[in-house]
Amino acid sequence: MLNLRLYMLQRLTALLMAPLVLGHLAVMIYAIQGGLSAAEILGRTQGSALWFTFYGTFVVAVSIHGAIGLRSILHEWAGLKGALLEAVMWLAGIGLFILGARAVWAVTFA
Amino acid sequence: MQNLRVTIERGPDQPNAQREFDVPAQANQTVLDVVSWIQQNADPTLSYRFACRVGMCGSCAMMVNGVPRWTCRTHISKVLEGDSVTIGPLRNLPVIKDLAVDMDPFFDKWVAAEGVHHGALTRDDPIAPVDPAEAARGQADAGIECINCSVCYAACDTVTGNPDYLGPAALQRAWTLLNDSKDSARNAILEAVSGVGGCHNCHSIGSCTAYCPNDLDPLSAIAGLKRETAKSFFKRGR
Repeated sequence: MLNLRLYMLQRLTALLMAPLVLGHLAVMIYAIQGGLSAAEILGRTQGSALWFTFYGTFVVAVSIHGAIGLRSILHEWAGLKGALLEAVMWLAGIGLFILGARAVWAVTFA
Repeated sequence: MQNLRVTIERGPDQPNAQREFDVPAQANQTVLDVVSWIQQNADPTLSYRFACRVGMCGSCAMMVNGVPRWTCRTHISKVLEGDSVTIGPLRNLPVIKDLAVDMDPFFDKWVAAEGVHHGALTRDDPIAPVDPAEAARGQADAGIECINCSVCYAACDTVTGNPDYLGPAALQRAWTLLNDSKDSARNAILEAVSGVGGCHNCHSIGSCTAYCPNDLDPLSAIAGLKRETAKSFFKRGR
């Protein structure tokens, strides 16, 4: 159910996410000091190539990593297989990407 | 203690078969002795499998109180709960009758993992030297004492959830051949363990290593395959 390519994709995206998760947590702790407002967040992210790259990469990695992880769980715990398993994996990955990409786009350009 | 209370899981289609047996306790008695006593003295229709009785042939593995064990080398005193024990067919394999399971899926996967010798020499070539001090030979030696008993396969939760998964024994065999200087099919082995049922489905739960009656370490063998296939992925792109 997992071949080498899916395995490597999941491991490599995990490698990518490890520093991003730590960065994300650090910024959250830093950002809530003295209250949190939409204006403050947007002030940091709007038009910022750095934050666009940071969260853009994060969203791509999460979509791939999460979809493959769900694939394993759905196969082993729910018995999904074949075309249905492929479809659910792609749907989960594309869904996660659309949700995340929309948010990244909004805080950077909208 | 006079008698052991033994429960045997009978199946698959024998709702009326006797399941509870009283077996005379002996000072020295293996689980296989208990099963044999039942078959010889209480119910001759009980089916089970054994051959060597000394832990070499790998044919007598069963679930004992829910744990996969080689029954010829397991003393009943070690597994009794009070004076009771429950004995069933190996997990993760189709039951033929009572304690005898169909081992075909287990051995088919052994072959699917390229667990066969791939020689490159003919009878006219000189015998290839094997250096016992070589690091790769050490890796191969660690796995070749496998007796194909399928205890690891029965213990593996990944096999339970993912029937295509080749399982610990087959993958460990692939690992020993990958490290064997006499084997010439490195890429074929890496290919075979990288498919849909390959080593990458292993969750590293470690039941194979925990339950192997010969103290082998399939978990590390599979980790080795993951390492080598990852290297090959970066080098060859697959």
